[in-house]
Amino acid sequence: MMNPKRKRRLYMVVFLLVTMSGTTAALMLALEQNINMFYPPEEVVSGVAPVNVPIRAGGMVAEGSVQRSLDSLAVRFVLTDHQGADFEVMYDGILPDLFREGQGILVQGELQADGNFVAREVLAKHDENYMPPELLDMHADASDGAD
Amino acid sequence: MLPELGEFSLVLAACLAILAIGFGLFGQQRAELSRRMVSSLVLGQFVFCLVAFLALVFSFVQDDFSVAYVASHSNSLLPWYYKISATWGGHEGSFLLWTLTMTVWMLAVVVRRDNYPARLYNKVIGVLSLINLGFLAFALLTSNPFTRLIPLTPADGADLNPLLQDFGLIVHPPMLYAGYIGLAVPFAFAMAALLENRVDSVWARWSRPWSNAAWAFLTVGIALGSWWAYYELGWGGWWFWDPSENASFMPWLAATALIHSLAVTEKRGTFKSWTLLLAIAGFSLSLLGGFIIRSGVLTSVHAFAVDPQRGVFILMFLAVVVGSALTLYGLRAGGERAYVGFQLFSREFFMLINNVILVIALAVVLWGTMAPIGYQLADQHISIGPPFFNAFYVPLMLLLAAAVALVPVLNWKRTPSEKITSTIVRTLLPTGLVAFLIWYLTAPDTLVVYAALALALWIVVTHGLDVVRRVRRQTPPLAYWGMTLAHLGFAMSITGVAITSTQSIEEDVRMEAGDIRALGEAQVEFDGIKAVRGPNYEAQQGQFTVTQPDGSSFALYPEKRQYLAGGNVMTEAGIQGGFFADTYISLGEPLPGDAWAVRLHYKPLVRWIWLGALCMAAGALLAVFDARYRRLRRRQSQPAVVPVNPQLKAQPNAQPEGGAV
Repeated sequence: MMNPKRKRRLYMVVFLLVTMSGTTAALMLALEQNINMFYPPEEVVSGVAPVNVPIRAGGMVAEGSVQRSLDSLAVRFVLTDHQGADFEVMYDGILPDLFREGQGILVQGELQADGNFVAREVLAKHDENYMPPELLDMHADASDGAD
Repeated sequence: MLPELGEFSLVLAACLAILAIGFGLFGQQRAELSRRMVSSLVLGQFVFCLVAFLALVFSFVQDDFSVAYVASHSNSLLPWYYKISATWGGHEGSFLLWTLTMTVWMLAVVVRRDNYPARLYNKVIGVLSLINLGFLAFALLTSNPFTRLIPLTPADGADLNPLLQDFGLIVHPPMLYAGYIGLAVPFAFAMAALLENRVDSVWARWSRPWSNAAWAFLTVGIALGSWWAYYELGWGGWWFWDPSENASFMPWLAATALIHSLAVTEKRGTFKSWTLLLAIAGFSLSLLGGFIIRSGVLTSVHAFAVDPQRGVFILMFLAVVVGSALTLYGLRAGGERAYVGFQLFSREFFMLINNVILVIALAVVLWGTMAPIGYQLADQHISIGPPFFNAFYVPLMLLLAAAVALVPVLNWKRTPSEKITSTIVRTLLPTGLVAFLIWYLTAPDTLVVYAALALALWIVVTHGLDVVRRVRRQTPPLAYWGMTLAHLGFAMSITGVAITSTQSIEEDVRMEAGDIRALGEAQVEFDGIKAVRGPNYEAQQGQFTVTQPDGSSFALYPEKRQYLAGGNVMTEAGIQGGFFADTYISLGEPLPGDAWAVRLHYKPLVRWIWLGALCMAAGALLAVFDARYRRLRRRQSQPAVVPVNPQLKAQPNAQPEGGAV
C-alpha cells in the first residue's frame, strides 16, 4: 500500500497530466476549426484558396472598381496585386475609415465557386502609414513594377 | 538644451542603477550600510527619470520640433492637454513613461522599507534596479526619445494619431504601465526570497499588497483600454481578442492566479513553489506583452513603428529575465515543499481549481496569440478569430464563477459536507429560480446566458449572506471587504458580458436625411448632416433624434472627422450612456444619393463590464490597505526565524470559518 503522501502526489501528477493533455487536445481541435489562412490574389485566382471556407484574402483596391448599390449598403470592388491577378469582392456593410481606392486592405469571408469573394469583414488599419504585414511583400513588388 | 539634459539624466539614472545592483545584490556583508545606500540610489534613479520625462514633456509643450519624437507625434494646432499626453503617445515616449513608472514602484518599496529585513530588502532593490537598468539601456540604445532633427528641423509636427487625441489615451497607458511594471515587485520579492532561502508565509504576506496593487492597476488599465476601444474605434465592440489586448490580458490572468495563490501561501504555508512560478510568470508575461506590442511581430491595432532591433532587444532581455529566474527557481525552490493536508471541499482545493482554470485560460490566450507567429516562420499568414477564444472562455468563466460563488461557504482545510449541502439547497435553488424568471421574462436566449445569470446571482447571494453573518459577529477586516467587493465585481462583469454579447441590437443601415429607423423599441430619426469645426479638425456631424417607447427623446451627434495636419479620417461615435443600456450611433461613409451609412447599436448592460472591473480593482486596493500589512513595522533585520505557518501552529484544527482572503 502506498503511504498517503505518495498517494497524494500520484493523484496530483495524474490530475496535471489529464488537465494538460485535455487542454492541448482541445486547443489543437479549436485551432483547426477556427484558423483563417491568408491568401494573396494570385492564390485566390489560381484556385489554391479553398472554396466556401472562411479565409482571409488581401490586396489593393483597384482604381475605379468600387460600385455601390443605390438603396442598400451593398458594395462591390476589385482587389488586385497589380501583377495581373485580381478578384471581385462583395460586401454588405460599413467600410472602414481608411478604405479607399489604391489602399491595401484585408477581407475576411468565403470564396465562392464562381470566383467571387463574399466578405463578412473588411479590414483597413488605423494608421495611414500602416500596412498589414501580409501585404508587405506584395506592396514592395507593386511599387517596383510601377516605378 | 532640455532634450540633452533629459538624455544625460537617463545615463545618470543608469549609472545609479548599476551602483544599486552592486550594493543590493552583493552588499550582504554590511547589510545596514547597503540598505541606506540602495535607498538613496533608488531616490536618485527616480529623480533622474523624472527629469528626463519632464524634459520631454516641456519639449512637447514648447513645440520643439527639432526633437524627432516631438516632430512625429505633435503639431502646433494640438490642444495643450494633448501635447502633454502625446508624450506617451508613441513608442519612445511611452517607454520613458514606462521607466519612470518603474522608479515610482521602486520608490514605493523604499518608503515601506521598515517592514522588511535589511538583507531581503537589499536583494529586492537589487533585482528591481537590474530590471530598471535593462529598461534604461533599451531606452538609450534603441528608443531614444531625445534624438534631434538638426539642421533639418521641420516647421511643424506631423500630428498625433487622432485616435489618441482623447481622454482615454491620457489615462489608459499610465494605468496599464503601473500594472505591467507593478508585477516586477512581486517578481523581485520572489527572487529575493529565493536568494535568501526564505520562501514562507511571511514572505507571502510581504508580497501580497504589492501583487494586489499591481493587479488593481492592471485591471483598471485593461478596462480603460476596452472602454476606449468601445467609444473611439466606432465599431461598438468592447473586446476584439486583438494581440495587443491579449498582451495585457495574459499578465492579468497570471496575476489573478498569483494573488489567490499568495493567499493560500500566507494563510496555510502551502502552494509555495507554485506561487513563485506565478510571480515569475506574471512579470515575464508583462515583458512578453511589451515585446508583442513594440516589436510589430503581430498585426495589431496598436501600430507602434515596426523595428526588428527593438524586438530583438526585448526578446533577449526576456530570455535573460526568464532564464535566470527559472534557473534560480530550479536551484532553490526544490527544498521549499511543505506538506499541508487539505480535503476536497476546502478553500485550498478551490484555490487550486481557480488556479487551474486561470492557467488554462492563459494557455488559450498564449496559444491563440503566438500561433500566428509560428505560422509566419513557415511563411504562412493566418489569423485566429474570436470564435477560437470564445469556445474556451465561455465554459472556463462559468466554471470559475461557480468556484467563486462557493468561496464564502468553504473553510480552510476542510468543510463539513452538511454545510455545503445546506448552502446549495438554501441558495442555489432559489437563485436558480429567480435567474430563470429574469432570463425568461427578458429575452430567452441560450442556456449559456441563463447559466451566467444564475451563477452571477449565486455569487451575490452567497457573498451577501456571508457579509451579514460576519458583520453580526464582529467587524471584518478591510481585506475581507476587498475580497467581497472584487467577487461582486466579477459577478457584475459576467452579467454585463453575457447580456451585451447576446441581447445587443446592431444595425448597419443606409439612411437619407428624414429617414426613420427602428432600433429595438426606439425610433431613430436622421435629421441630416452639419459641418462643424474643432480646434484641429473639420467634421461632418450627423444629427440624430432617438425617441424611446415612453415618448422621451434625446439627440446624438456622431462625427466623421478629418484632421487638418495628417489628413486622417476618424469616426467619433455618438453615445447615450446609461446604467442599464447604451444607445450608440456612428457614421460610416457618405453614399451616393445624399445618404450615409450609419451604424445603430443598442447595448444593454455594456457598462457593467467596466464597472465590474472597477469594483474588482477597488476591492484589491481595499485589501492593500488592510491593517495587518501595516502592523509589520519594526520586524526589520531579524533573521528568518518566523515559523513557516503561524496560523497552523496556533490552531491545529481548521479555522472555524476561514479568514479573509
